[in-house]
Amino acid sequence: MASLISKIRFGRGLVLLVCGVYFAVPMAASVIFSIDDSKGGTTFRAYTDLLNAPGFMDSLTLSLELAGVTVAVLLLLLVPALLAARLGAPKLRPVIEVICSLPLVVPVVALTTGIVGVLRWGPDYLSDTPLFQTIVAIQDPSFPIVLVIAYVLMALPFAYRALDAGLRGVDVVTLVEAARNCGAGWARAVFTVVLPNLRSALLNAAVLTVALVLGEFTTASILGFAPFSVWISSNGKSDGQMSVAVSILSLLIVWVVLLLMSAVGRGRKSARS
Amino acid sequence: MSTVTAPASGASVVTGGATVEFRSLRRRFGATTALDGLDLTVRPGELLALLGPSGCGKTTALRILAGFETHDSGEVLVDGEDITRIPAHKRDAGMVFQSYSLFPHLTALDNVAFGMRMRGTSKTERRNRAQELLELVGLPQRAGHYPHQMSGGQQQRVALARALALKPRVLLLDEPLSALDAKVRLSLREEIRRLQQELGITTLFVTHDQEEALSMADRVAVLRAGRLEQCSTPSELYARPATAFVAEFVGTMSRIPGERSGDGVEVLGRRHEVDGELPADGALDVLVRPENVGLVPTANGRALVVSASFLGSVTRLTVRLADGTEIKSDLPTEAAAALPVGSTAEVTLPERPVLVDRRVATA
Ligand SMILES: Nc1ncnc2c1ncn2[C@@H]1O[C@H](COP(=O)(O)OP(=O)(O)OP(=O)(O)O)[C@@H](O)[C@H]1O
Ligand SMILES: [Mg+2]
Repeated sequence: MASLISKIRFGRGLVLLVCGVYFAVPMAASVIFSIDDSKGGTTFRAYTDLLNAPGFMDSLTLSLELAGVTVAVLLLLLVPALLAARLGAPKLRPVIEVICSLPLVVPVVALTTGIVGVLRWGPDYLSDTPLFQTIVAIQDPSFPIVLVIAYVLMALPFAYRALDAGLRGVDVVTLVEAARNCGAGWARAVFTVVLPNLRSALLNAAVLTVALVLGEFTTASILGFAPFSVWISSNGKSDGQMSVAVSILSLLIVWVVLLLMSAVGRGRKSARS
Repeated sequence: MSTVTAPASGASVVTGGATVEFRSLRRRFGATTALDGLDLTVRPGELLALLGPSGCGKTTALRILAGFETHDSGEVLVDGEDITRIPAHKRDAGMVFQSYSLFPHLTALDNVAFGMRMRGTSKTERRNRAQELLELVGLPQRAGHYPHQMSGGQQQRVALARALALKPRVLLLDEPLSALDAKVRLSLREEIRRLQQELGITTLFVTHDQEEALSMADRVAVLRAGRLEQCSTPSELYARPATAFVAEFVGTMSRIPGERSGDGVEVLGRRHEVDGELPADGALDVLVRPENVGLVPTANGRALVVSASFLGSVTRLTVRLADGTEIKSDLPTEAAAALPVGSTAEVTLPERPVLVDRRVATA
């Protein structure tokens, strides 16, 4: 019995070790390469050059803004829809599931090509209508709303899965009834009882969406906008060291953002309990 | 099957509480009729058990009263006032749900205080009252615990405290004990009853466990397919069921084929008087309770003992007659020792059967 347990422990350790090596060795090698000054010493020149390169802050801010707005739009769309379906129309649930999963079967390139087509075609046909202004406005390079629209679509399946998993864990109908029985109206029942219990699901949906937006390259690049991912690929090509530094930096930034998000989510919870 | 005890006094001291009336209440869900003209009055301060088989409309009736469900026609009156147009959150009815319904993100204390928070009671006041209520349900030391840190029984106690927190006019309990194990169920049952009597609050208690209904309630309403079958005190229900359905649903009954004999009935070669009317036509069955059936050990008797189950002080024997009729009889365990499985006996029936019913075809 004891030997079995120690065997399992050993097996686990081995798996962990193999995975660790698989991820850690290339990373460590990259880091070392990016700070090696080829005379046996270290230098952070690649990083400082990157941070000082024109457009670094702008593109990073744009990416974070896009991520924030995408999360907000997604949650504002999905949460009320999913709650309404659970509370009022359980039969609609499979329909919502199918709709939310549709973007998975459309390749990003196809989606982008479609968007390009509409954006080109639009102005020709809509030039006399107010929609023309709309088409121009959503392509404003300082904040391209068209990217938010695309990202909402791309993140929809993931955000939906995260929220749906959270909703499965709570008996929304009973909780709302119990809250109403205690004198809470519909809205208060949702805000004081349902949403607090969906905290981790909301957080998961947000984290997945942010990760997707920060890493998205295809659409932004084809449509000609310059969020962080696009900026990195165009500015990291000058020399080998720089291109490695760029990928490490982008990894770090995404990690920091995601860690911050989950720390904020957890922190509030422990503060209350 | 344990013994059925009627509550200490037929009717508890009525200290207040509201009157609840269901009048010709109807509710259909597509093709199924959940309530089919339910008429029922709950008296002030009484604990009324709604008893009936699964799907007979018990939960639906309760949910209509709580405002979670609507009715197609009929009326629901609380203290004479029609409450149809009052939204659920203003109904003044505290409910304990069948499934665990505590708010998972709140402690026991905050769960109990939730209703007062919605009403805008000050923080200190609601904490004090919530603490008092937790003491009332016997959980003062669990105030800071989250639902997932408590057992099922404790959660239902907290749910009870939460339901009572706003001093509702009516307390609604929808099978609050069905998810608990037998021992916890028994103790919580007594506690609910004690609390209910102390507070004198009108209470509707849904259950499909007849023993639970008979042991707790002032009166028991037996529902069948969305209608009221009978509503009376537990002892009355047991001794004088109005219909064969009630007779067989409450307690155990044996059906024995009989013959019409004037205004009485002949069973196993003896004539019996009958209380009330006989069914107008058709063949008859006599319904008797096991405790009223005697067995006398007799070599080559008409009844063959086919099974015995030990219930403590009594043993329930099942005997089979030549025509296949099975009769259950509860005998003191010592007397039952003289009738091992495979032996034969003569059956003695009570002077008056509990009920005579139209014959049902036996499978
Ligand atoms: N929301 C609903 N939609 C469709 N049918 C329903 C709904 N609620 C209840 N019913 C049906 O109405 C009938 C009565 O249901 P109800 O829940 O009142 O029964 P019950 O007496 O509480 O049964 P149980 O002992 O199983 O809880 C059942 O046939 C049920 O399937
Ligand atoms: Mg029910």
